[in-house]
Amino acid sequence: MTPPQRRRRQPPPPPPPPSPAVPKSAPSPAEGQNGGEGEGKNPERLYIITGADGERAPVDLVTLIVTRAEAPSSATPEQTAVLRMCAAPLSVAEISAYLRLPFSVVTVLLTEMLAAELVQARAPIVRQQLPDRSLLEAVMHGLQRL
Amino acid sequence: MDFNGSDTIPGPRAEDHLPHTTTAAAKIVIVGGFGVGKTTMVGSVSEIRPLTTEETMTQAGIGVDDDYGSETKTATTVAMDFGRIRITEQVVLYLFGTPGQERFWFLWNGLFEGALGAVVLVDTRRIEVSFEVMGRLEEGGVPFVVAVNTFPDGPRYPVEDLRAALDLPPEIPIVECDVRRRASSRDVLMTLMRFLHSLALSRSLT
Ligand SMILES: Nc1nc2c(ncn2[C@@H]2O[C@H](COP(=O)(O)OP(=O)(O)OP(=O)(O)O)[C@@H](O)[C@H]2O)c(=O)[nH]1
Ligand SMILES: [Mg+2]
Repeated sequence: MTPPQRRRRQPPPPPPPPSPAVPKSAPSPAEGQNGGEGEGKNPERLYIITGADGERAPVDLVTLIVTRAEAPSSATPEQTAVLRMCAAPLSVAEISAYLRLPFSVVTVLLTEMLAAELVQARAPIVRQQLPDRSLLEAVMHGLQRL
Repeated sequence: MDFNGSDTIPGPRAEDHLPHTTTAAAKIVIVGGFGVGKTTMVGSVSEIRPLTTEETMTQAGIGVDDDYGSETKTATTVAMDFGRIRITEQVVLYLFGTPGQERFWFLWNGLFEGALGAVVLVDTRRIEVSFEVMGRLEEGGVPFVVAVNTFPDGPRYPVEDLRAALDLPPEIPIVECDVRRRASSRDVLMTLMRFLHSLALSRSLT
């Protein structure tokens, strides 16, 4: 018995031209990438629901957020909760999970809090052309202890 | 006294707090078609109870007009589970189990772009459900290993038959696993890290 055979797709299409509606350089987390996904297969248009429009801080799912100030008296319940849970570093994904708010909404919330210097962001380790060997070795050691 | 209601929002348990020395997080993604065991794998290796991050969107039907002439819209929530492993006092690793439907992945900005690498789970009863994602990873330049989640009633194929069927070059590891077992899932992650390490070595020589 032989397993079904995968057929590679045709050589990847050239990068799609920037969509006229959304400049390619837009830092917004999701809308700008819609066009590139599953070309031709997804007739529906997808929109992310967010609380507000505008600039978003470039936070990743695993950007670590740390509290740096007391909650101001004007703080919303969500802001107060973020300031409490980020007393120790916490990823944006975890904040989204505990607040039960969509990632994009949390991004908006954190954009405001970063601008107000209520919290600090620690940038994630991202994949590089030449992977960082000492990091990979540390991860292997960490996994061995698991 | 807290009148603003934030006390009702739970945070991490005290024992789940990361040390203040934690400077950065890395992520890897666990992918594969519907029901191949992604959620199970995240849960079996995570040091915290697996969590879920959601994204909500509206889906506007094309050419479907309601009585008022506006497009019909339905809100869809897509959930992604994730877990976490502390690596050192400075570094923490997150594992994301993607939702089964690939077309939703764009919802999480940078999910694939920044990931160190990916584990593609394959169920030998339905190998083809994981084909699509492999193409996506290849196109995105995300290094991956293949883990064959061995369900008891699934056919067993020699690894080289699987490699031929998946049309993968010899250097990409293909390993068997039982994602319900922590040690087995951990070994898959080790395989990914060793593979990434070998890529780093070969690239540093060129
Ligand atoms: N026998 C056996 N069952 C497994 C194994 N891995 C997962 N399962 C079961 O298979 C089912 C699907 O596993 P999930 O981990 O939910 O799969 P998933 O990939 O997250 O599924 P979706 O998120 O729906 O795409 C669950 O009922 C698991 O308990 C395995 O290694 N052996
Ligand atoms: Mg799942």
